[in-house]
Amino acid sequence: MTVPSPSPSPSPADSSAPPLLETREVGKVFGSVIALRGVSMVLHAGEVTCVLGDNGAGKSTLIKILAGVHAHDGGEYLVDGSPVRLGGPREALDRGIATVYQDLAMIPLMSVWRNFFLGSEPVTGPLRRFDVARAKRVAREELRDMGIDIRDVDQPVGTLSGGERQSVAIARAVHFGARALILDEPTSALGVKQAGVVLRYIARARDRGLGVVFITHNPHHAYPVGDRFLVLNRGTSLGQFAKADITREELTSLMAGGAELDHLAHELGRAAADTTPGPASAGPGTT
Amino acid sequence: MTSVPADERLAGAGVLRRLLVRPELGSVVGAVAVFAFFSSQSAVFRSADGVANWLDPASTLGIMAVAIALLMIGGEFDLSAGVLTGTTGLVMVTLATRFGWNVWLAMLAGLVPALAIGFLNGLLVVRTKLPSFIVTLGTFLMLQGLNLGITKAITGTVQVGGLRRADGYEGARAVLAGSVTVGGVDFRVAIFWWLAVTALATWVLMRTRAGNWIFAIGGDEQAARAVGVPAARVKIGLFMTTATAAWLVGSIMALRLSSVQANAGIGQEFIYIIAAVIGGCLLTGGYGSAVGASIGALIFGMADKGIVFAGWDADWFKFFLGGMLLLATLANSLVRRYAEEARR
Repeated sequence: MTVPSPSPSPSPADSSAPPLLETREVGKVFGSVIALRGVSMVLHAGEVTCVLGDNGAGKSTLIKILAGVHAHDGGEYLVDGSPVRLGGPREALDRGIATVYQDLAMIPLMSVWRNFFLGSEPVTGPLRRFDVARAKRVAREELRDMGIDIRDVDQPVGTLSGGERQSVAIARAVHFGARALILDEPTSALGVKQAGVVLRYIARARDRGLGVVFITHNPHHAYPVGDRFLVLNRGTSLGQFAKADITREELTSLMAGGAELDHLAHELGRAAADTTPGPASAGPGTT
Repeated sequence: MTSVPADERLAGAGVLRRLLVRPELGSVVGAVAVFAFFSSQSAVFRSADGVANWLDPASTLGIMAVAIALLMIGGEFDLSAGVLTGTTGLVMVTLATRFGWNVWLAMLAGLVPALAIGFLNGLLVVRTKLPSFIVTLGTFLMLQGLNLGITKAITGTVQVGGLRRADGYEGARAVLAGSVTVGGVDFRVAIFWWLAVTALATWVLMRTRAGNWIFAIGGDEQAARAVGVPAARVKIGLFMTTATAAWLVGSIMALRLSSVQANAGIGQEFIYIIAAVIGGCLLTGGYGSAVGASIGALIFGMADKGIVFAGWDADWFKFFLGGMLLLATLANSLVRRYAEEARR
């Protein structure tokens, strides 16, 4: 789809092209419950927009709108600059919007390559045979290109660590033509080190030109990798901030409030040591 | 940060683990042990004639066990499969002997109720989300009643016979229930059907999209749906596959005996499941193999005939079968746990 750009001289780095995804004041009501109200965000190709908020803040509702699971009731949802109303997840996928949910949609007892192509198996020959050789080769290549070190694509997914599973799911979405990748709390169930692994793949997907919506309730995971930060609280937006406009500390306190700051500072130290250069405070213990 | 170096925890796990994760491993070991045991007890058992003899019960059971294995990998049970072999046989013999149909035509007609029942089983399971154990237990009992009621109403007895005199009997018998002489030994033709069914099922499981979907819906149906696997269609297809296998076996048995008892096939449904489980199928779905189920059936056939060859009381057979089942399930669960946790 080509959209004429109003700007005469768009430079590739800036955002004069329409954003990949954009919401303007979207809202969603379930019966008498206002799940989301007036939330605006943008996602550009090659950028990471983080959606932060505590439990019940509306993160899930927002991503379900983005992913086509729920239709929005208010405001506008734009894909490539034109307003859309997605009829379902399939339609979102057809537009290149892929969602990796927390449960990952992977089958533990099945091998990595079988999972990788599940539902979209390559076929060959007059009998439409599952092209196993190609599936294995492509899975191996895609994982390697993402820098994912899977020793053996024949091993069951159940034997992978949590971070590796997330990474395979991300690589799968990238392979199947995702332009916008929505990641639902990919780091929440992971240890600090595993979370670092996943953050690295998010950065890698971004470097390949994808737009990534990264949902998390942990600002210390979000800050190192994010370009924009949308903070949600009780179904409304506390604002969307570019990285230049907000510090990690401000983001943290905006999200968590001062009372929990000390507690979170420990996590900050750990995450920072893993992902960015700079001083890392030696925080005792984990949460 | 550089990528993770070669994983030190992988050391030595490669070949052994890859062998152990094969679902049929336990059944292969079991089959070798059972063969060795009965061979030492009876010279006839290990002779070519003996082999042909115990391959026979393994063949008809094997065809069903393979179909049930596919269904179990897909996460469901079918308790009506046993009695359905009786139903299809009764339909065929009744049409051929009471209504003068050609045997081939009568046999094809038997496929119609089989597919309908398979479809119904599948549809009920998919729509109601009730456990297939209960749904097919219901169809099992209903079919049992129908088989008896209709047979009695038509013939006044509890069996239909006389297929031998019907048109086309000899041809159909040669194809499905005859014998083939290989190296001076008569092998039942059903053995070759069994091998063909096993090969086809293995190919479908390992080398087709449908096979991938069968593993997926048995492993985690929600996850499979989420990536676009048509779970309902696959499940209904699996129930219809089981029903088709029941039709094949029912036809083979009817042609072989030339008559069908109204209670034919009852009690077999659990034997199919046992063979599939001995062959490495998980009761919870998502794991197993067609070859394993066939080997499970082979063990069953060897034990069935071996006890006779060894001159024992055949009453011990069930005890032996129960022991095999327990051992196999235990071995399978240990192996699987080892395979899954090898990395942690």
